[in-house]
Amino acid sequence: MNLTVVLAVGPVIEFDWYKLAPVVVVLVAAVLATLVEAFAPVRARRLIEVPLALLAVASAGLLALHLAISPQDISGATANGAVTIDPLGLYLQLAIAASALIGLLVIADRTVQGDDAFAPQASAVPGSEYEEQARKAGLTQTDVFPLVLFATGGMMLFPVAGDLITLFVALEVLSLPLYLLSGMARHRRLLSQEASLKYFLLGAMASAFFLFGAAWVYGATGSLSLSRIGTAISGGLTQDTILLTGVVLILAGLLFKVGAVPFHYWTPDVYQGAPTPITGFMAACTKIAAFGALLRVLYAVTPGLEWDLTPVLWTVAILTMVVGTVIGLVQRDVKRLLAYSAIAHAGFILTGVASFSPDGISGTLFYLFTYGISTVGAFGLIALVREVDAEGHMRGQATGLDQWRGLGRRSPLLAGTFAFFLLSFAGIPLTAGFVGKFAVFAAAFGAGAAPLAITGLACSAAAAFFYARIIVAMFFEESPDDSVVARTGLGIGVRTLGLTQIAVAISAVLTLVLGVIPGWFLNFTEELSLLWVP
Amino acid sequence: MQNFPWLTALIVAPAIGSLVVWLVRPLRRYVRQVALAWSLIVLAGAVFLAFQFESSQGGVQFAERYAWIPRFGVSYAVGLNGVGLVLVLLSAALVPVVLLAGWKEQSSPARQANYAALVLVLECFMLAVFAARDVFLFYLLFEAMLIPVYFMIGSFGGERRKPAALKFLLYSLAGGLVMLAGVIACWTEGPGGEQGFMIDSLTGFDWGSTRVERLIFLSFFVAFAVKAPMFPVHTWLPDAAQAAKPGTSALLVGVLDKVGTFGMVALCLPLFPEASRWAAPVIIGLALVSIIWGALLALGQKDILRMIAYTSVSHFGFIVLGIFAVTETAEIGASFYMVNHGLSTGALFILAGFLIRRRGTADMTAMGPGLQRTTPLLAGTFLAVGLSAVALPGFSTFISEFMVMAGTYQRVPLAGVISVLGVILAALYILIAYQKIFTGPVQEDLASTRDLGGRELWAVGPLIAVMLFLGFCPTPVTDLLRVPAAETVEQSAFDWPPGSGLEQAEPVGTGQEGGQE
Repeated sequence: MNLTVVLAVGPVIEFDWYKLAPVVVVLVAAVLATLVEAFAPVRARRLIEVPLALLAVASAGLLALHLAISPQDISGATANGAVTIDPLGLYLQLAIAASALIGLLVIADRTVQGDDAFAPQASAVPGSEYEEQARKAGLTQTDVFPLVLFATGGMMLFPVAGDLITLFVALEVLSLPLYLLSGMARHRRLLSQEASLKYFLLGAMASAFFLFGAAWVYGATGSLSLSRIGTAISGGLTQDTILLTGVVLILAGLLFKVGAVPFHYWTPDVYQGAPTPITGFMAACTKIAAFGALLRVLYAVTPGLEWDLTPVLWTVAILTMVVGTVIGLVQRDVKRLLAYSAIAHAGFILTGVASFSPDGISGTLFYLFTYGISTVGAFGLIALVREVDAEGHMRGQATGLDQWRGLGRRSPLLAGTFAFFLLSFAGIPLTAGFVGKFAVFAAAFGAGAAPLAITGLACSAAAAFFYARIIVAMFFEESPDDSVVARTGLGIGVRTLGLTQIAVAISAVLTLVLGVIPGWFLNFTEELSLLWVP
Repeated sequence: MQNFPWLTALIVAPAIGSLVVWLVRPLRRYVRQVALAWSLIVLAGAVFLAFQFESSQGGVQFAERYAWIPRFGVSYAVGLNGVGLVLVLLSAALVPVVLLAGWKEQSSPARQANYAALVLVLECFMLAVFAARDVFLFYLLFEAMLIPVYFMIGSFGGERRKPAALKFLLYSLAGGLVMLAGVIACWTEGPGGEQGFMIDSLTGFDWGSTRVERLIFLSFFVAFAVKAPMFPVHTWLPDAAQAAKPGTSALLVGVLDKVGTFGMVALCLPLFPEASRWAAPVIIGLALVSIIWGALLALGQKDILRMIAYTSVSHFGFIVLGIFAVTETAEIGASFYMVNHGLSTGALFILAGFLIRRRGTADMTAMGPGLQRTTPLLAGTFLAVGLSAVALPGFSTFISEFMVMAGTYQRVPLAGVISVLGVILAALYILIAYQKIFTGPVQEDLASTRDLGGRELWAVGPLIAVMLFLGFCPTPVTDLLRVPAAETVEQSAFDWPPGSGLEQAEPVGTGQEGGQE
């Protein structure tokens, strides 16, 4: 049986729309939003797009939740095996929808003067007359919303994909809008466009790796369906080398998306260049989706390949933790710093994945959710800290560490909340970050992966230094001048619609609650992992 | 009334006070008064608990346990034994003193509110950590305590506060993360189950392999040694003490560092008896080095705050020595030493703060000479507190130091003998400091130096009074410590190698009348 045959029997494919609802809702909303872009008058677009996007993502999350807690068993394949719905997939969809919702709030926010994070006319050449005119005319780029919706749809499809083709399609659906979005920053546009190009080129290469690997796996097992690949491997396979090459190539494609070393080179540049709300959205949701897909692929092939893959994953995990931490130590830009922190965190999460145990999966799921939520909140706060020029006009984001000096004096609430997120990233007790770290490291210890856990602990200690540096700058140093304002809506500076504040409040509360009373949530992720692992 | 969670209420009270002080704007004008009153109420609560405590019964009292994260065997479990109780009393007593001593240090009400809020949050963590009966809970608080102290040093300290705060944080975090590896191993290697982290479940647990037990012991001990601080991981303390406000240092050295030595008594010995035996010779060696090295460095300091910090390194050496000698006398002595050192060093830091405020410098040679004439009260209290640090008979410090040395001598005579050197050096560094600052002819520009005022006397006076009272009548405290000490010795089942002739050493009395030094 080959691919053409599968396509030829297309007409008999059955779609269980009920199970597919979360993904479909988001994608349909994305199409609608595109139509709004085409036909609605300019003034009305934003007013339609923002509620539409929020509503679509919220209802997708609720649908996933509904499916997950519905009494009847909804597990199973649909669309001829292209999609596999199970509790784990629904959990990941819910996590993605929750992070995306908070991210959308930040994306939709703007100052009362109408200054948002995106270029008024992304196609205009930076510094050109046309750009200046677009800015003066007060244009806004509302196509951000359909793009974000497409990306979210792809992400939600990613962890429930049942075969490698769907996985690839989902990968592209989530990636292409992100490439575009990265290039749309309002200020420092050249940096943003460079980020976009880098992300696109490297991402295209990663996609190529992925496809190439899929071809090898197909050659070895005769199937693209994850479940049938699993059966073929556990049934005993002679062409081990071909299979292993294929699986490693597929992993490379996925590890690129999570930003693991040695596929991390895009992360700092893209995180820094992209509009900050997009960085937050991307950092959180892509990570959840990609780790979900990674779990799928790994556990589909592990019955036969666990011993072959363990050294690969261990190496990647250790390198990721060490490189992320060590290079993070010397950064002088808050966004780059968080980018390296994101790399280190990818390593910590990989520790849970590489444990190959239910405890490891449970820890990974907990970590992904809490990390996603805090990341969106942290980048939301960064988006609030802006430069002002001599006449008091808002400029781009102030992301230099020097510019953050003394922020704790002038905007104590903002600086305090940001410090709280940093403490969570550093894994200080009574934050969700600590519980997540404890869960994955305990799993690693329990599964005989003590070297991973010990590297993780050492890196956590070292990483504390660079989180502490931001805190030092904010609280213990005097600000050089008044060229930086924080849009807190409480103190000086320009007021916003307040959406970011809502987003940050939600994520801070969740980070605190999951740090202080994590028991119920851990039970939940544990049940999921036990349900899923045979 | 019996079922009311008194201990939890005592722990939560300062946290509520902190929120009130920090958030309620109308109180800003009276923020110092409110914070002081609140801390006095907490102290009254602690004293109330102490009267409810049945010292003859021993064991853990006021115990509470609620499942917290059953998935990892974590409970919210608190309870006090004698050692925990005296340290809770010490913490509750030092907080109002520190607030009173720092009355005029912060200018604006907002900063006063922030400082008071941090102190009260810290008090909450300190009370909780001494009451924790769950290893995980202990670890959480052990780490969480860093944050308020970090801000107390970094936001309110003196000249070199930033590097000092960072050094403090990194040392403590590094130690803490080493301990985290041990905590995780306690879960994966330990009994497991929903109460897998309870100290009671882990006490007497057979770890299966000697290697595992020793590794976990080491990971705990490293964290406690950093906190205590012991040679060679003590270097953060002088920097932190020099940069922080003297009030912060009083809390940091007086109470917070006791968490390290408390952890050794409450966790290391009962949970890992075999490993403690195995490591004891090295630890005793390090403790002796701490005693001598700390004292020698204290002699060489110009900065009064650094000097006090180094004397503490020396004193912590005594405490660790007593703990790992594991005789009943030494255990009682070590626990009593923790309290006395808190009182004595706390008072010393606060007096140093008064001196620095008057003279505008922490350099001892620039402070004096001759302040004795112009400020007799300050000189007198400084001398009294200084002599308590030397462990002069009549002060409670003498009793604890004597018990530690006598108890150690029972097991390891050589260590007992060497430790006596520390006492001689102590007399030197205190008296030289006194001589530099207070004796000699009066400088003209010092003639107008103010003597201690009423508020300042009220901050230091009670501490001296308590030390004198316990010096003549130590039984209220030693009775509390006797039963836990016996339990510790029994749990750790220390068998010293036969031939040292000390296997059946007789317990020594409290040594009130002794004057052998």
